[in-house]
Amino acid sequence: MSKNTPSTSRRTFLKGAAVMGAGLAASQTAAATPDPLITEVQPWASGLGDGVDATPYGLPIKYENDVIRRNVEWLTADTISSINFTPIHALDGTITPQGCAFERHHSGAIELKKSDYRLMINGLVDRPLVFSYADLERFPRENHVYFCECAANTGMEWAGAQLNGAQFTHGMIHNMEYTGVPLRTILEEAGLDAAGDLKDKWVYVEGADASSNGRSIPMEKALDDCLIAFKANGEALRKEHGYPVRLVVPGWEGNMWVKWIRRIEVTDSPVESREETSKYTDTLADGISRKWTWEMDAKSVVTSPSPQAPITHGKGPLVITGLAWSGRGAITRVDVSKDGGMTWETARLAKPGEKMALTRFYLDTDWDGEEMFLQSRAMDETGYVQPTKTQLREVRGENSVYHNNCIQTWWVRPNGEAENVEVS
Amino acid sequence: MLKFLKVTTALTLLSAPAYAETFGLGRAALPEEIAAWDLDVSPNGTGLPEGSGDVLTGEEVFADQCASCHGDFAEGVDNWPKLAGGWDTLADKDPLKTVGSYWPHLSTTWDYVNRSMPFGNAQSLEPDEVYAIVAYILYSNDLVDDDFVLSQETFASFELPNQDGFIVDDRIETEFSKWVGEPCMTDCKDSVEVTMRAMVLDVTPQEETAGAEAVLKDEEVLVASTEPQTETPAEAPEAETVAAADPALIAEGEKVFRKCKSCHQIGEGAKNRSGPILTGIVGHAAGAVDGFKYSKALKNMADDGLVWDEKNLAAFLAKPKGFMKGTRMSFAGLKKEDDIAAVTAYLSSFGD
Repeated sequence: MSKNTPSTSRRTFLKGAAVMGAGLAASQTAAATPDPLITEVQPWASGLGDGVDATPYGLPIKYENDVIRRNVEWLTADTISSINFTPIHALDGTITPQGCAFERHHSGAIELKKSDYRLMINGLVDRPLVFSYADLERFPRENHVYFCECAANTGMEWAGAQLNGAQFTHGMIHNMEYTGVPLRTILEEAGLDAAGDLKDKWVYVEGADASSNGRSIPMEKALDDCLIAFKANGEALRKEHGYPVRLVVPGWEGNMWVKWIRRIEVTDSPVESREETSKYTDTLADGISRKWTWEMDAKSVVTSPSPQAPITHGKGPLVITGLAWSGRGAITRVDVSKDGGMTWETARLAKPGEKMALTRFYLDTDWDGEEMFLQSRAMDETGYVQPTKTQLREVRGENSVYHNNCIQTWWVRPNGEAENVEVS
Repeated sequence: MLKFLKVTTALTLLSAPAYAETFGLGRAALPEEIAAWDLDVSPNGTGLPEGSGDVLTGEEVFADQCASCHGDFAEGVDNWPKLAGGWDTLADKDPLKTVGSYWPHLSTTWDYVNRSMPFGNAQSLEPDEVYAIVAYILYSNDLVDDDFVLSQETFASFELPNQDGFIVDDRIETEFSKWVGEPCMTDCKDSVEVTMRAMVLDVTPQEETAGAEAVLKDEEVLVASTEPQTETPAEAPEAETVAAADPALIAEGEKVFRKCKSCHQIGEGAKNRSGPILTGIVGHAAGAVDGFKYSKALKNMADDGLVWDEKNLAAFLAKPKGFMKGTRMSFAGLKKEDDIAAVTAYLSSFGD
């Protein structure tokens, strides 16, 4: 053990877990005494619960109140311009509930009413137009599930294992079902004849908040699969995710998914705004920096067991699970290693991978109670295999912040506790 | 092996002329509306308004508008961005990326200051002020002399040192070929050693308990808001007699306080940031928060007995620099009296 011990709460928790685990073998055991939870009438089996309308819009039950977004305070100067993390270690399936989906603001989450909302399209278009929210609801709309990953997800891990939990290392991601109007429809409504040859044209998108966050998107992508979205997981977007309208840019870094989108400008060159030059660029070992690194490369992580989700049941049947995704298409396969990458087993995908959406994988296994170095490795439909951190560093050095899609290692100890480590 | 779907579909996407069908939705954008929102500036200077600003003016504007976060010399306060320095560090570990060392285009600086700054009071600067601030940022990076004037005319000819320091994403050429194909499944390496541990570094937040409390608080609020609406009017007359405790005004004030939040904290657990803690400020002596470094101007007025009663607070909040010449508070002021009353009520709702 290092001189730093885990927090009291976690240690207490693990002690309890160890007691529970002791003596459990792979086959069923007999209980020593009858379980009072079964033999005695419990209050909830006798009295009454809440009536309907106790909470007009429900929150998770209080027993789940540790499944929340968390912030790493030392990362940023102020929570107004900051980021927090989705509790992926405690979720299953693939859809992220909006209430715990990570937030990233540059000037805080604003409150913009639908009746105050305006979307302008100008620049190299035939008819510069202004739409109200109600106008947007009259265009034919589509539904798609996509992941949104901040380019800085796992960014703190470039130099070495740093944050102890899947939430903190990989939680700048969420996955929702969006309802919206294709950006292509809006561009065509304004008319693109004025833009001439579309091959070298760009679309600059900008938000209504004080940060005025704006990004330049090549016309090819704008006409492909971008959505002007106003619903997520069936309900209105949350304030923190851009209510009433945000841009969805499937597979591309989250900063381009402009929230509170208010303007679309067709241009003949990129604006080279702050968020596409001084930020969201990747400095290589020689000091030269890559720009326009939009696609999120294939990536995966074991969400449980993990540092915040230790094994509490001792040896025997164990579900190893995690998430995989690629900004370049569908996930086709995920392999899991228990020995730090010496041998691999192919995991079971809960459903066939979908393009630019999270894929859930499971490895149903029989744990022998020995230590494990758990890793997962994603492959996507382009044939790309998720690299190790060493492979990434060989190409990019250690100065990058964004686009760290390396294989993650959790060191699981015989007591079930897990730690974020780097291995040779 | 690699299927670059993007490239193959792109040709179809871009050549499809299907613009025949439109829906006739929306309305024409007026020239004034486009002018109000279309503010972005391109690297060649397209979009810049007329105007100019010199380094010395910039130094003053910067001290007023920017220094509380970015430092008097653009060196950055606490975790706020450093805007100067870092020359020749891009190939080092932990490079210092500033306007001078990293940003490729001056247009980006002008555009960002103009559209997104100052933090909490964006789009409040005049074009000449933006030119002056940008001139000062160049000066603080040793890129111009103190007699430099930046204008719409001199702009396009100015090049930043790192303008050639960027290449377009080359991952497909430099990385993909290394990482494709059937991966190794057995005997992939001889041994596995731990080379670094997060628990040794110990920088992970431990906030299980705090997080749990936060959610419970939200739940309480939600339950409270479901009480029948009819009870509120019955309590209203009492609220009027004690103006400071008007919950609606306090709630309004909480919204106004968002303008202050980037620099000031209030209530339980508040810490000094670029501005002092404001808990208990209403009715208290000025300049009395422990551990906060006040401006000379504020210290002088505090020595003369300044108390933050409602009258002084209102005058200060209406025009900080008018009330206190030399204050470090880079806030233009609250224009509406209603906002001042509301934020004062909000501040008053936090006792000691």
